[in-house]
Parts: sequence; structure tokens; C-alpha cells
Amino acid sequence: MSLATIEKTTRGAVAVRSVDKSYGTQQVLHEVNLDVAEGEVLVVIGPSGSGKSTLLRTINHLEKVDRGTISLDGELIGYKARNGKLHERREAEILAQRTEVGMVFQNFNLFGHLTALQNIIEAPIHARKIPKAKAVARAKELLARVGLADKADAYPRQLSGGQQQRVAIARALALDPKVVLFDEPTSALDPELVTEVLEVIRDLAKSGTTLIIVTHEIGFARDVADRIIFMDGGRVVEQGTPTQVLGNPQHERTKSFLSKVIEPAFNI
Amino acid sequence: MPPITTPVTDAEPDQHPAPEQGQPQTRQQGHKPAENSLAAPSQEQLADYKVVAATHPWRWVGTVIVAAIAAGILYSLLTNPRWEWGVVAQWFTAESILRGLGQTLKLTLISGALGFALGFILALMRLSSSPLFSSVSWTFSWIFRSTPLLVQLLLWYNLGYLYETIRLGVPFTSITFAEFQTTSLISQFAAAVLGLTLNQAAYSAEIIRGGILSVDQGQIEAATALGIPRWRRSTRIVLPQAMRAILPTAFNEIIGLVKGTSIVYVLAYSELFYTVQVIYNRTQQVLPMLLVATIWYIVITSVLSIAQYYIERHYSRGALRTLPPTPLQKLRRFLATHAVTKTAATSPKGQL
Repeated sequence: MSLATIEKTTRGAVAVRSVDKSYGTQQVLHEVNLDVAEGEVLVVIGPSGSGKSTLLRTINHLEKVDRGTISLDGELIGYKARNGKLHERREAEILAQRTEVGMVFQNFNLFGHLTALQNIIEAPIHARKIPKAKAVARAKELLARVGLADKADAYPRQLSGGQQQRVAIARALALDPKVVLFDEPTSALDPELVTEVLEVIRDLAKSGTTLIIVTHEIGFARDVADRIIFMDGGRVVEQGTPTQVLGNPQHERTKSFLSKVIEPAFNI
Repeated sequence: MPPITTPVTDAEPDQHPAPEQGQPQTRQQGHKPAENSLAAPSQEQLADYKVVAATHPWRWVGTVIVAAIAAGILYSLLTNPRWEWGVVAQWFTAESILRGLGQTLKLTLISGALGFALGFILALMRLSSSPLFSSVSWTFSWIFRSTPLLVQLLLWYNLGYLYETIRLGVPFTSITFAEFQTTSLISQFAAAVLGLTLNQAAYSAEIIRGGILSVDQGQIEAATALGIPRWRRSTRIVLPQAMRAILPTAFNEIIGLVKGTSIVYVLAYSELFYTVQVIYNRTQQVLPMLLVATIWYIVITSVLSIAQYYIERHYSRGALRTLPPTPLQKLRRFLATHAVTKTAATSPKGQL
């Protein structure tokens, strides 16, 4: 495990340049520029509808951007630049690029008809062509890492929400991605189950994989983030270290958002 | 008629009190504390009480009525000599009938399998982002669902009248790779399979499309994000989960197809129904012969219904926390619990 993590720290730099994205007439991303360094843990906060999820989804090309580019370790996602034009990549290349980017969803999206183990080995075997025995061994290792070694043969519906999300994280890690994207990983969980998932992510943050985390858990963000960006209305409004953004926000919009999110916690 | 039904109905209520007679012994043990103390029973005493299942007296009345009707129908079926059961029995396993049955099964199997395979491809085409694929698929379903199957069959069979030869080559040139006589290419069997398959494909495409649409979009998104190739996504992730929605309607279609094959009689193809017709035209025993065919259709449908139960159960893995017991397991459990209560009733002291 330690060897793999050392290797990982030398990769996983994401660069987002002037990205615009609209759904119909509604523009959800405006001129977004963002650099995520190798091994950095970036937390994205902001009100719902601020474009956080869309930004994540453009990074593994689940959504096409209208303008601008996104690159991973210098390689454009979804396009190839040639003779002053951007050529759309072929399906197989896009799939190969996606295996470099792991994604964890708010609603887990585990394959309901497959066991936890089958969920994890599906992509390594069929997207990466890794031999089955090797994929199974790695999957068991990952299940043990997220504390679910005994749940390999359980179906998602037989697991709690927190356990399902931990399996989903193991599934994303099975491809040894350069970057892992978390789209509100704890929003669908009971408060009691949030901690077990955050623990796994915290552990992952220490391992040196580049992480981009969209979350409403401000306390967790303060704890785990190297950098926090605050998004509103499809724009990156403010960014900096947790102390800067959470402790001394510069923009009015950031202040009012944080006061709504943090204050209730102080009152308790 | 009444002599048969009355013993049955009388027997029912008589049999029922029987098991209850054994129970008061055990029930009294639970009641004793309450009878001794005049005050209302305490929570602890209540905890020791035996639960008496709610009774459904109207259910028994309903059962009696249904049993009476069923017995009446059965009685008339058995005793009316015009059904000519002797003739039915004589022909039921006759060689010609079995051969016809074989043809019916063959037609069902081939056009069912090909129809659903083509239907799956059509459903994927319809859902694809390519406007070419989706419009070709839509047009196919539109044409084959709007024309009567009978017309389609006759059209395929008479293709030789419209086009005497079928030529494989480059259109609008004289380059020809192969040329066939249409009538030799399209036999009765080929016309039947073509007609049934294409018609079935049009309907099953919609059934499968409906099933695919019922699968949560997040499943496809997760598979996409993992870089799983498109075909694998459809066959491994989406289709197995769509099966739960597809199967009930698909079995409806297949059962319809079993009987639908009888329409092929217009091509004088000797499947079950055509064979039966040929026989009764000769012997004039119309109703008994139709009964022979009907019973065989019932047999096939019954087998299919049992298969449906187990296939649906297979695809509900993961969708349910625990699978419901199969009828066999239910029966075994029923017998087991019954055996236990019986031994408990006969030797209560041994249990205590």
C-alpha cells in the first residue's frame, strides 16, 4: 500500500481553464479557473445550485463543457488539440481517461444486483483488463481498508448507507485513480453514519491522492482541506486555506453563507 | 350436481374445529393467572398470554361458494357426453398432434429468441444518441406494430409474387454476387419465422426500452464514470436490473406468442392448430379436437408460468433484502411446523 501511495504523490494535477457550462438558457459555470496540485486536498463549498457538482462532473467528462478546457497532468480531458482545433476524443480514449478519475456519488450508485466485491472488481476487469484473480485480491484489500472485509458478499441493499458509501469509495479506488472526486459523499447519510465515511476520506487524504471534495460538512473541510474554494452562482468567489476562508472570509457572499452553515453549530 | 358439492362443503367446517380442540389445553395455561386474580392482568401476565390468530369467518363463506362453483364446472365438464373425452384421450398423444406440438414449440422458441434479441438491439438503438439509429428503430416499430400480423405473414409468404428473384449485388448496376429464386428461399417455415420474429421484435423492443428506462440514471452514470465500455454497461449493469421490469410483460408476450403461432395456419404450416384443423375437417369432431389443442396450450403456458416465477426470483437478487421462499420451500416449512404442532399437541407433557 505504501509503495502505491508514494507513486501516487507524483501525479494527479488538475487544471481548469475558463470553463463555461449552460443547461439550456441557465448558465451554471462562468469562467471557472482552478488549479489543483498533485496530492492536494481541495474542498469545494457553496450553496446548492452554485455549480459545485457540475464542476466535478466536467472533470471526468460526464458533462461536456461549452467553452474552456480541463486537463489532468497536462492531458486535455475529452479533447485533443491539433492544428489549432480541439478534436473530440474517441469513446475508448474517453473511457481510458475516466479510469484515471474516481468518482464517489451522493447517492452511492452502487450496482444493486451485484455484491460489494462484484461492484469493486467490475471496472478493473472490464475497463482496465486486469486479471480477475488480481482484481479480487485488490478488492478484498480495499474492503479491508474501508473496514468492510466481512461484507464482500453482501448486496448493497443489505448494507447501511455508510457502509454502501464506503464500498463506493473502495470501488472508486480500485482503479488506482490519479484524482478522486467526492460529490457530497455524506449528504444522503444519517448523522450517525457520516463519521465513518469521513474517517475513510480523511485516511485517504493522508495517503497523497489528489482529492476534490464537494461537501457541506464545514468542520470536516476545516480539518482535511489543504485549500477551500467557495462557489456561488457558477463562479469561484473566494479561495484560500481553511483558516483564511472559514476564519476570515473576504466576500460578503462567503460571510453570509458561512454564518448560515456554521452558526447553528455554535448555538448547540 | 348437488350430491357432489354438499359433502365437500359440509366437510369443511367440520374439519376445522378439529385442530382447535387441541389448543384449549395449552391456552388455559396462559389464562390461569388472569382467572385467579380478579384485577386487570399486569403487563408481565399479558406477556405470557398466548396470541390467538384473528379469524376470518367470511373467508370460509367465500371458500364454500368458490368451491361449489368450481365443483359445478368440473362436474359438467366430466359428465356432458358432448365433450367427447374419449376422442380427446385418443388424439391427445397421437403422433400427428405431437409433431404439430413440436412445430409450435419450435416456432415459439426460434421467433421468441430472435424476436427478443432483435428487440434488445432495437431498444438500444432507440435510446442511442445517434438520430439515425433512433429513427430507424422508431420506424421499424411503427411499421410492424401498425400492420396486422396476418398481413405480414401473407406478405412474406407471397414475396415470390412481388419479387421473383432476390439478387445480392450493387444496386443500380448489373454487378451480381448471388441470385435466388424467392419461392425457394422463403418456405412456409421461413415466412412464419420471419413474420413472427419481426412482429415480436417490434413489441419486445418497447418492453425492453421500458425496462431500461426504469433503471436509475445513477447506475449508468456510475458505470460511465468507472470507464466501463458501453456494451458492457448495457448488458452487465443496465439489462439485469431492467429485467425485473421487463420479465412480467415479456412472459405475457411469450405466452401470447405460443398461442399466436396458431395464426400461421394461414400458411398451411403444420403446427399444432393447423394439424388439429386438418383432423377435425376429416373426422368432424370439432370441439374435442379443439380441446386437444387447448389442453396442450394450457400445458405449455403452465410450464412457462413456473419458469417465469423462478426467473423473476433470480433477477430479484439484490433488489430484495431476502428472497421470498419458493412454493416448495413454503410447503416444506408448512409441513415442518405442522408436524411440530402435532407432536406438541399429542405429547404436551414431553414438551414441557
